[in-house]
Amino acid sequence: MSALLDIMANAAFWVAVLRIATPLIFGTLGVLLCERAGVLNLGIEGMMVAGAFSGWLAVYWGAPLWLGVLTAAAVGMFLGLFHAFFTVVLALSQHVCGLGITLLATAVSYYGYRVTFPKVSTPPTVTPFTAMDGLGIPILDQQTPLTLLALLLVPILGYVLYRTPVGLAVRMVGENPQAAEGQGVSVLAVRTGAIMVGSALMGVAGSFLTLSAFNAFFFNMVNGRGWICIALVVFASWRPGKALLGALLFAFFDALQLRLQQTGGAVLPYQLYLMLPYVLSIVALVLVARKASYPQALMKPYRKGER
Amino acid sequence: MRIEKRIQPSRGAFVWAPLSALIFTLSISALLVLWAGAPVGHTYVLLLQGAFGSVVALSETLTRAIPLMLTGLAAAVAFKARLFNIGAEGQLYAGALAAVAVGGLHGGSGFAIAPSVLFIFMIVAAALAGALMLLGPALLKSHLGVDEVVTTLLLNFIALLFVSMMLDGPMKDPSAMGWPQSVALNSELELSKLIPQTRVHSGLIGAFFLAIGLWVLMNFTVLGFDIRAVGASSRASAFAGVSISKTTLWVALLSGGLAGLAGAIEVAGRTSYVTLDMSPGYGYSGIVIAMLAGLHPLGVLAASLLVAGVMVGADSMSRAVGVPTFIADVIVATSLLSVMVASMLTQYRVRLR
Repeated sequence: MSALLDIMANAAFWVAVLRIATPLIFGTLGVLLCERAGVLNLGIEGMMVAGAFSGWLAVYWGAPLWLGVLTAAAVGMFLGLFHAFFTVVLALSQHVCGLGITLLATAVSYYGYRVTFPKVSTPPTVTPFTAMDGLGIPILDQQTPLTLLALLLVPILGYVLYRTPVGLAVRMVGENPQAAEGQGVSVLAVRTGAIMVGSALMGVAGSFLTLSAFNAFFFNMVNGRGWICIALVVFASWRPGKALLGALLFAFFDALQLRLQQTGGAVLPYQLYLMLPYVLSIVALVLVARKASYPQALMKPYRKGER
Repeated sequence: MRIEKRIQPSRGAFVWAPLSALIFTLSISALLVLWAGAPVGHTYVLLLQGAFGSVVALSETLTRAIPLMLTGLAAAVAFKARLFNIGAEGQLYAGALAAVAVGGLHGGSGFAIAPSVLFIFMIVAAALAGALMLLGPALLKSHLGVDEVVTTLLLNFIALLFVSMMLDGPMKDPSAMGWPQSVALNSELELSKLIPQTRVHSGLIGAFFLAIGLWVLMNFTVLGFDIRAVGASSRASAFAGVSISKTTLWVALLSGGLAGLAGAIEVAGRTSYVTLDMSPGYGYSGIVIAMLAGLHPLGVLAASLLVAGVMVGADSMSRAVGVPTFIADVIVATSLLSVMVASMLTQYRVRLR
């Protein structure tokens, strides 16, 4: 017990929590936006890989860091357009199309990496974002500007969803597309827009990994973070504030298992600690399942004029 | 622009839709091949030769197709009932681990029974292990409404970590010099080779019969009817007196069991022990295969051969012209998406106003 308290008394621990949470915040907000518009986006895992690769490659080729982040967002947005074409315009299965896009985006990114760097043994590196030393807020001043951006996005998304006509339209097409269409809202346009913006956030989530958390691109570096985001959105009952809370909670346990592994690792096999985040995600899903307020039209394809 | 249901499926579309899917897939991959600076035609020829061009190539393709057939069947039966089992990868590893636990620990002699009986035990244990992996998510779905997509996806990671833990601990092969691999299977339990000097094994025949069995089950039994009814409309089938939770449970056992068998057959037919890289995503590819096959059990056999051919062909092509092997995944993913669009266009028409 005192070992746990020791870990938590350390500021470095909380710095790690916020760092681990950052890509999850971006990703979770992205998934949340798509699902609020009624579309499950299982393309997230691939969009994060593509964002991680494209953002890093742009910087490696000499672009400024923020242009790298923009590149990742643009690539995510493009993949989102792709996803929207399949799931909204053609109204195909959201599960299968999402998985297909994950597979495609991952394969093309890995392919691109191998074509660009055919014979490297150690991954080439870039100079990543540095901490915002001058900020003067403890823990946050140890983070890169991307973390600040993620934290700022939470109230922004909340405001847009609940206080603006655009947000109302997004929630309408996610709850009752027929009624929205009757009000003159174009389900096609709103869903496509929501998926594209959400996917851009997923791309940025990926770029955080290569431009801030690490300085290189590795295979398997996203490693299921996208799927965690999907679980976190259910845990958060589709609310941005709770999504932030969920991401932080998840990151807390992830950071904790890292520390426990280093200090008390001899007691239990290290794999048990690594399992913890995934087990907790499932437990969280089960706990909120009964009262989860799913967007009513989630995963229901909408074809105009069809009942 | 709007999309309308065709009054009857277009006959012409049945020809040009798959054809344009094929052409689209080939041209997308051609662009990537050009990016890598390789000649497109030559690359495709090498890929085909590497997959089907010789007895050795064909035997490798068949070997690779065996686990894909089983995970493909696992996905097909689950998706037919709209139980979206994305966890076949984890179920495969659970099955492989169970197979070695029964047929490999204790030097394979701890159970003093004949190898043929032990073999049956091994198969049953593997199927059960896979089925149990899916049982949890299925129960959570039918009783608490927890989305099975997320739970099965997350279970994949848990299963892989569990395997890693077993390979470090109780099932570690002490003679592997610290290499993470399990103890080997009792050699008497290994499947026989179909063609001498190749790796293709009798698991192929097993997969073939399982596909036929599943086809019979789906089309000529009450359970098969219930599965299709629940998939087509769970509300309507509930009114008709089909128990949805019971059917979902059976589907979970079938699907998880098939995926578990994939693991056991890989161990008994090819690797003879469990490693952490024994499956390069067979579980996920199974979903692609099931979709390419239109969820038809016999179609799964053909689609597995195709996907296995692309994978094996890409491996050998890559050694010759230096196009990264990831092109195989690009081809598979692009064909999945374009076939989905193509099959939709046989049912619907796009009207530009």
